[in-house]
Amino acid sequence: MRLHPKLPLLRIVPDDTKFDFMRFRRISFPISAVLSIIAILLYFFHGLNFGIDFVGGTLIEVQSKSGTADLAKMRAALSGLGLGEVQLQEFGGPTDVLIRVAQQPGGEEAQQAAIGKVREALGDEVDYRRVEVVGPRVSSELLAMSTIGLGLAIFAILIYLWFRFEWQFSLGAMIANVHDLVLTIGYMSLTQIDFDLSSIAALLTILGYSLNDTVVIYDRIREMLRRYKRMSMPDLLNISVNSTLSRSIITHVTVTLALLALLLFGGHAIHSFVATMIFGVVLVGTYTSVFIAAPILIYLGVGTTRMEAEDAAEKEKTSTARP
Amino acid sequence: MLYISKWKATAILLTALICCLFAVPNLFPESMVKRWPAWAQRHIVLGLDLQGGSHILLEVDVNDVRRQKLLALQDDVRRVLREARIGLTRAPVIRGNAVEVVIRESDLQQGLAKLRELSQPLGGFLGSTGARSIDIENVGGGVVRLSPTEPALLERVRQVVDQSVEIIGKRVNQLGLVEPSIQRQGNDRILVQVPGLGDPQQLLEILGKTAKLTFRLVDSSVPVEQALQGRPPPESEIVYGSKAENRQPYLLEKRVIVSGDELTDAQPGFDQRTSEPIVTFKFNTSGARKFAQVTQENVGRPFAIVLDDEVISAPVIREPILGGSGQISGNFTVESANNLAILLRAGALPAKLTVIEQRVVGAGLGQDSIEKGKQASYFGGALVIIFMVVTYGLFGVFASIAVAINVGMIFGILSLLNATLTLPGIIGIVLTIGIAVDSNVLIYERIREEVRTGRTPITAIDAGFTRALATILDSNITTFIAAAVLFFFGSGPVRGFAVTLGIGIITTVFTAFTLTRLIVAWWVRWARPRQLAIS
Repeated sequence: MRLHPKLPLLRIVPDDTKFDFMRFRRISFPISAVLSIIAILLYFFHGLNFGIDFVGGTLIEVQSKSGTADLAKMRAALSGLGLGEVQLQEFGGPTDVLIRVAQQPGGEEAQQAAIGKVREALGDEVDYRRVEVVGPRVSSELLAMSTIGLGLAIFAILIYLWFRFEWQFSLGAMIANVHDLVLTIGYMSLTQIDFDLSSIAALLTILGYSLNDTVVIYDRIREMLRRYKRMSMPDLLNISVNSTLSRSIITHVTVTLALLALLLFGGHAIHSFVATMIFGVVLVGTYTSVFIAAPILIYLGVGTTRMEAEDAAEKEKTSTARP
Repeated sequence: MLYISKWKATAILLTALICCLFAVPNLFPESMVKRWPAWAQRHIVLGLDLQGGSHILLEVDVNDVRRQKLLALQDDVRRVLREARIGLTRAPVIRGNAVEVVIRESDLQQGLAKLRELSQPLGGFLGSTGARSIDIENVGGGVVRLSPTEPALLERVRQVVDQSVEIIGKRVNQLGLVEPSIQRQGNDRILVQVPGLGDPQQLLEILGKTAKLTFRLVDSSVPVEQALQGRPPPESEIVYGSKAENRQPYLLEKRVIVSGDELTDAQPGFDQRTSEPIVTFKFNTSGARKFAQVTQENVGRPFAIVLDDEVISAPVIREPILGGSGQISGNFTVESANNLAILLRAGALPAKLTVIEQRVVGAGLGQDSIEKGKQASYFGGALVIIFMVVTYGLFGVFASIAVAINVGMIFGILSLLNATLTLPGIIGIVLTIGIAVDSNVLIYERIREEVRTGRTPITAIDAGFTRALATILDSNITTFIAAAVLFFFGSGPVRGFAVTLGIGIITTVFTAFTLTRLIVAWWVRWARPRQLAIS
């Protein structure tokens, strides 16, 4: 409803769009397969930039009290401590430095000793904004818990979808969403974004969100299946995707706007979290629900069982009708 | 679908209003809220990442507990067999995870019977579980192996954690920290959280010490050098001095004259002659009596004050100490004397604790995060509202009202639960703004489709709501499952994200099913649209 007769409203998707999404499956499936393989290869050969949450170690964010931080000087002071690998990087601004000290050999106490040494070396020239020390035991537990959590989430959603839809839908949604996770992990490997606890949160949100999208389309497909009993599967899927297209795009724009605000104003601390979400939700999630989750139903045989049942019922009718 | 009875409308509005009202205390400074009645005081707690503060996770050293249990068992075995006058081929020794003793063949049965009395049934939650405290194994050849069972060890670890929580509480309170929280976590862990503490060095020093204090006589029957090379006398052992004492070795009697648990008070002070920092202490009556007796008998001999297996000082007894009070001087600084006094007053930890995780956020960073979170929320909210109004016009305004109430309700519910708001939690709220709009989009797009099939405005709106709500429920439940899993498996700040996301989904479904419908229903009744162009 226009607020004012002279104010036109924005129409992103014209009414009666009839885009043949299903034809693209011959392109989208191979592309996704190749991208997934690349992502898996990246994960195994390039690896993830695990943060201290998962590999243990020390993370210190300091702010120089006297203006711009002298990275070279700090690096020199810290490298002489015999703490193994010490990484320094500017963080957010020229006065802030993020220091990462690798996990120390010698168990839990050695980690705590390392932070003491760093404090001694840097002295009073800096403010400690954040200090995190994660010991080997906690980090390995966090990793295990996160992996179990992700697996469990996928499983729980699979069960829920199985209850609400037929198993083909559940399986299709899972394939689509594992594909999302794989690509996102590939992205994280490629960009070497910090992979820490918040990344797990990002992955789970991407999972939930992209499923949200898939479920909306599946809901529509189910409705269409009931309405058009003899329509061919690709046509039916096309209608479903087209009729939900406007919603998909508008929703994605709003979520993207919210995420962009976080990216621009949320500060450096959440940067990697938000960047991952934008990649997962906006780039992969949208593409997946339209180009993977919907067309994969053709192969999982959603339509065929329905039509065979129909045909069988029809035959029975005609045969009984004929004396 | 569009007809909503009056009482239903009232109920919907009341629910939303009450939820939003719970958020009100957050708008006022804490000092003001404290004067309100208790039921109105619920408010959101800022997480340590926003408020600044220290999060320290400690773990009980299970090996230390095991070692202590074995030592105690060794003593028990020795005592029981001696009291029963049972002949031994070899005295009890600790071997691996067990105490081994070799009993003379003729006394074996009697000895075993006596040893079996040591093993107690373990009390479970519902009476006896059938488990016993010690496994006794007759290996053959007179060798008997006794080992504490795993349930007994777990039980002991649990006790140790409970005692430690109490002692740590005393220690932390002595430091004058504001609102520290000390909680057991899991079976063998303790989480210490202190809001506002940006430099936990002193806290860590105080947490990391067991503070087992003993007074023992120095054994001067053999020179220390000789004991170091050969074997020390059986009733004595080598103990090294602290760093301040240059790690000098001492030969000390194993027998403890008095230990730290017999102290009634300890205070930091200054030596009157040298004005060095010292710690003065007072024994209780039995401690004072024992100390008086030993010092009377041993004038001229040195004794040692041992803290956590380190000699902190070894003065010579110049005269009997009868008053039950004394002082420790051991190259202290003012701070270390103060720390020691705190430790002695609070008592010794029953076992060693190790810091396994430490996360400290300075107050400055926390404040920055709040500011940035606020900015992002305002900006994100504004962008979404503008977009919705541009796309849907009047219906976009409806959606914006629904989202605003939605966010108000999230804050209200967070306050009601006294939940902790973390930086990821703020992300969760901003994300909810984006997702909440989705339910409106689903409804509006559905109505549009219904209009295109030629329905009248009212039936189109009706059908649009009916069909869209099923989809909204399905799609939100999947996200909710993800949030729930995150809540149970996540920790710390990430859990905060799960909480706001989860609550956000619930309020989103609520507003979609009730508020949005109510607003649209009112509008339809008021405007009586003859044709509908949502966008």
